[in-house]
Amino acid sequence: MVTNGDDEVEVVPVRHVGRWIGALVVALVLAMLVHTVVFSKASGGTSSRFGWAIVFHYFTTREVLDGLALTLELTALAMTIGIVLGMIIAIMRLSHNRLVSGTAWSYVWFFRGTPVYVQLLFWFNIAALYKTVTIGVPFMNVTFLHLDLVAFFTPFHTAMVGLGLNEAAYMSEIGRSGLISVDEGQIEAATSLGMTRSQTLRLVILPQAMRVIIPPTGNEVISMLKTTSLAIAVSVTELLTAVTNIYSANYEIMPLLLVASLWYLIVTTILSIGQYYVERHYAKGALRTPPPTPLQRLRQDVRGVASKMRSPRRVRPKAAA
Amino acid sequence: MSTMTPAVAMVEARGVHKSYAGVEVLRGVDLTVQRGEVTCLIGPSGSGKSTLLRCINHLEKHDAGELRVDGHLVGYELRDGKLYERNNKQICAERSRIGMVFQRFNLFQHLTVLENITIGQVKVRNVSAAAATQRARELLARVGLDAKEENYPSQLSGGQQQRVAIARALAMEPKLMLFDEPTSALDPELVGEVLDVMKDLARSGMTMVVVTHEMGFAREVADTLYFLDQGVIEESGDPREVLANPQSARLRSFLSKVL
Repeated sequence: MVTNGDDEVEVVPVRHVGRWIGALVVALVLAMLVHTVVFSKASGGTSSRFGWAIVFHYFTTREVLDGLALTLELTALAMTIGIVLGMIIAIMRLSHNRLVSGTAWSYVWFFRGTPVYVQLLFWFNIAALYKTVTIGVPFMNVTFLHLDLVAFFTPFHTAMVGLGLNEAAYMSEIGRSGLISVDEGQIEAATSLGMTRSQTLRLVILPQAMRVIIPPTGNEVISMLKTTSLAIAVSVTELLTAVTNIYSANYEIMPLLLVASLWYLIVTTILSIGQYYVERHYAKGALRTPPPTPLQRLRQDVRGVASKMRSPRRVRPKAAA
Repeated sequence: MSTMTPAVAMVEARGVHKSYAGVEVLRGVDLTVQRGEVTCLIGPSGSGKSTLLRCINHLEKHDAGELRVDGHLVGYELRDGKLYERNNKQICAERSRIGMVFQRFNLFQHLTVLENITIGQVKVRNVSAAAATQRARELLARVGLDAKEENYPSQLSGGQQQRVAIARALAMEPKLMLFDEPTSALDPELVGEVLDVMKDLARSGMTMVVVTHEMGFAREVADTLYFLDQGVIEESGDPREVLANPQSARLRSFLSKVL
């Protein structure tokens, strides 16, 4: 057909045959997966293979929810210790004083260099070495703090301290990468305004470093959520311990592991969504136009597909050329 | 010191030395900037112009020689025949009265234009937020950017960013303004708007030290021109005189490259 460019003509998009075949294969595999996980029956039985009835039964029992609460509490406290101590160590690493920066380096070297599992066992048994701890001025009779370690290191405190101190080593490297990512010119500008070093850090460097610090920190929070399951080593009844306690009595191992996994997935999903919005907040000024929220993106996608379905694209060849 | 005359120069450098890792960048610089005057520093890259500027507000510590701003030694205090290093707080207070404008603008990326101009007043000067905002708006109007106060620096052109940077420095009510190649990072068509703001500032009587490659600006606005080469002042004087009649072979060769 020949047009003079004034009439509208329909645009026929290229058909991606390979893409369609690929999608078909993937859909088939997904269907098989759904079938075996959800619908197939256990060999010789009438209940589903994965025991979903048992999963749902135990999903919101007292023990599981208590375990979940303990997991969340442990994650929050250990991450708080990790983030606060980690930032202090990161700032110490950048100190001009060699003793200060060297100490920070050694901390990271030690806690990153030994398995967290070993560290947990170490703190669990620390009271065997020190019954009490007294913090004061050496060689003088000055005391600031007196701590009874036997009483303090309950299983929960052991896990909290062990995970928190280990996390601080990783968080300090994340913090340091954020701090050194801020352009030197920003520091010079703050200095030339008469800001002190601590004002420069608080008002100029840290807010901009956050953009770099947030994504890996979100990663660490999610990682910590799951690492708390190691607290089973020091007999804290967090989520995983709770389900193992249940299945050691009723032998429904797989359904109860599914209960724990589903809860970990749910919390991880919520944390990921939270991270997205925190990132958006700290991206202020870094991008000319902020990226759309998932909701806005979904709306755009729906609108795009809907308009394609409604009518084929038509153009005037002259205007399109 | 106690019998200071009111005519004391704003900047007085005598034999200022500075080296980095064994390389002497400044090798005995003498320079005087009178109050209300515009001084331009020109010279090839690596000649020490920027270093000299950074020594004046103590972003760099000079190694030897005497450097005074407004009659006071920069970074030191002379008492009982000894030089006492000033503590951080004193140095910060001194710096806050010296405005600095950078080649790469260095606006705070996470703050809006308005916040960039108020943060120093509020956090360093302890001015109230309302007063700081009012002053910031006046300054934005002065540099022709009153419509941009809610924008972030990344949403502005280079020329607009540099004008905000000038407003940010002026917000601190400086007695001296330092410009470190303020137009070198700009697209050619944006240089004029920044130079116009600087000319306006010069006419208002601000004492300015400007490191620049804009010979036209130096000829038109500067009261004194200094030509630095290899860490020493090679030539100085009235800019029209110096630029029209270069005495040294070095300045002649430099000018033949930049003009």
